[in-house]
Amino acid sequence: MSTTAPDRPQITPQVDIPEKQRKPDPTGRHPATVAILMLLPAAVLMITFLIIPIGLTFALAFTNARLISPEPAHFVGFANFVRLFENDTFWASLRNTVVFAVVIVPFQSALALGLAVLVNVKMRGVNFFRTVYFLPVVTSIVVVSILWLFLYQPNGLINALLAKVGIQGPDWLGNPNTALIAIILLSAWQAMGFHMVIWLSGLQTISHDLYEAASLDGATKFQQFLHVTWPGLRQTRTFILITITIAAFSLFSQVNIMTQGGPLDATTTLVFQAVRTGFQQQQTGYASAISLVFFVLVLIVSLIQRYLTREKEVGR
Amino acid sequence: MISRTIKRLAAAILVAAVPLSFSACGKGGTSGGGGGGGGGQSGGGGTLTLWTHSAGDKKELASIKTIVDDFNASQNKYKVTVQAFPQDSYNQSVVAAAAAKKLPCILDIDGPNVPNWAWAGYLAPLEGMDDVLSKYLPSTVGKYKDKYYSYGYFDVALNMTSRKSVLKKYGIRMATIDKPWTGDEFMAGLKKIKDSGDFVNPLDLQTGGQAGEWWPYAFSPFLQSFGGDLINRTDYKSAEGVLNGDKALAWAAWFRGLATDKLMPLKSGADPGKDFLNGKTAILYNGSWGAADGRKKFGDDIVFLPPPDFGNGPKIGGASWQWGMSTNCSDRAGAMEYMKFASTDKYVAMFATSSVAIPSTDAAAATVKGYETGGENDIFRQLSKKFAVVRPVTPGYPFIATEFTKTAQDILNGADAKKSLDQAVKDIDDNQKSNNYFE
Repeated sequence: MSTTAPDRPQITPQVDIPEKQRKPDPTGRHPATVAILMLLPAAVLMITFLIIPIGLTFALAFTNARLISPEPAHFVGFANFVRLFENDTFWASLRNTVVFAVVIVPFQSALALGLAVLVNVKMRGVNFFRTVYFLPVVTSIVVVSILWLFLYQPNGLINALLAKVGIQGPDWLGNPNTALIAIILLSAWQAMGFHMVIWLSGLQTISHDLYEAASLDGATKFQQFLHVTWPGLRQTRTFILITITIAAFSLFSQVNIMTQGGPLDATTTLVFQAVRTGFQQQQTGYASAISLVFFVLVLIVSLIQRYLTREKEVGR
Repeated sequence: MISRTIKRLAAAILVAAVPLSFSACGKGGTSGGGGGGGGGQSGGGGTLTLWTHSAGDKKELASIKTIVDDFNASQNKYKVTVQAFPQDSYNQSVVAAAAAKKLPCILDIDGPNVPNWAWAGYLAPLEGMDDVLSKYLPSTVGKYKDKYYSYGYFDVALNMTSRKSVLKKYGIRMATIDKPWTGDEFMAGLKKIKDSGDFVNPLDLQTGGQAGEWWPYAFSPFLQSFGGDLINRTDYKSAEGVLNGDKALAWAAWFRGLATDKLMPLKSGADPGKDFLNGKTAILYNGSWGAADGRKKFGDDIVFLPPPDFGNGPKIGGASWQWGMSTNCSDRAGAMEYMKFASTDKYVAMFATSSVAIPSTDAAAATVKGYETGGENDIFRQLSKKFAVVRPVTPGYPFIATEFTKTAQDILNGADAKKSLDQAVKDIDDNQKSNNYFE
């Protein structure tokens, strides 16, 4: 506990006032009660829509529950998981999900950083550009997918533009080799505005003095970026890394609308398989098993990322 | 000061909320929810809710509204209200409502789903309508375990649409119901068209349509024409031998061959109907719903032909949307009254006329322009009567449908046919078995 000398300005000490001495709220309510009441709506929603479904998933994964059935679900142990790991489509989904995440994290964050650097200027009209770059983010992913579905057609706009440059564009969504790349491109386009804003906020916390000092020392723009900007974005980097990765794992809408997992399992993802088997094929237990595997995967990746990003701070 | 526990609870909630709110910002993630079911069951005071998938189909919706208005006007006890859904999300809405026990009293169902929904307890059998429904075309009623659960006003007929002038130009015989094309004849004809270079697509099977029932409805008949099938229909227990036997492999090779030989587009354009009308396609595999547009553009030149006979006779799909009644309707008597009222020949005729489809009863057909014997639409009625095969009548059908869709798409994209079909058979068999064969 700190004490203050009489002539110095008062620094209010951080004191834990014992409960009895706490002044009651003018409305007559205990502060703790107010706090609980304010948390209650969010807590109820969290529990109902987050905790309970997750618990149900874990339980259902070990049963043969079905979406529609006059018969109740039976406990089947690990049968769902055995079936899952023997299924080629599952491994394809896992592979695609991982590939998607691994590619899109650096790709999208780099693009977003580029955009952020571009709009991090003080000039008239910069807000217009910030808005325009952010527009795809607020457009529904369903709408974006349908639009790009038309763009990607063999005789669509993209191939028409490529033809002008003399390149014969492939059937983007029909060719197993290009389908996932096509989805990566459109996902990055849609979401990079969001991360641009976050990078922007990170960029703006870096003090201008550092840049001045660097340029006085004769650093080029690129060197300034490398040695002033990049280290200063450490925390932003961590945050963006984690959010893009988690969002990348849950890839679903684009696949559902544009390719339905095809062609030849080139774009199927874990979430898509879970929805397809659980809802269209009515096998809730099996879909829960997929969800459980997905949960474990995301957990592992998140823990690894936390470990990696933590280490750097300690070593600083 | 707030106690530490509450602080921690607040922190936990905040931490949990952050990723949730970001994933909701629509990145690689969340799907828009498929249409949620809105209406409840029958409210108090004799109000019956009716759900239909025809939102967007003005003519069908108008027909439904007419029947409903007539019913409401004909008596004071019950009032039916209509709620229309878009077709793509309709099935999911029904399943969601059924899980919440909030199905409407009266609803329409896609024919092949009737056994599944009847077995699941969504649909109540239609009591006291046996003699009326026995006069309906067999493919237009839903019968499960010898009870009627649904009936439909019409059926549609798939056919090979083309133009007389085109067939004449390439010396292709005009197939008839009694003498359809053989497989070889059909392929030879397509090659002639392709070699001439006059058409971008000698044939268009509408392979662009992704979702829903199109793939099993349109393409399993070809499989059946080759002699294969989706499942063994003697006992509905296994698909072994019918879906992955020699005949099925022959079908798969033919199907993939059409695309590799450039006789048809691997993935049809956004509107195959327009492609045909614009002269891009020579022969279009389409349903009788496209007849009106075709006649408008080509007049008498248009011709509707049966699909080829690949060994087991030409086959086309059967069964369209049908009407049924739910079990959790709180006023079943009222719903039954509506079902009886709506099943008369007068309404069959009206519905079929507005949808340009085959009326379910002979009596109605006699009164609908074009469907009387010798009329211009009679060909569709004959096609349906002679060649229609209903999709397998088993509660496992939705699963079979999704498996077949995926397998057919993979085969078309070049996957190993034997491997894909074996996998499909394995999955279907597992599913039938794990449901105890839906006893």
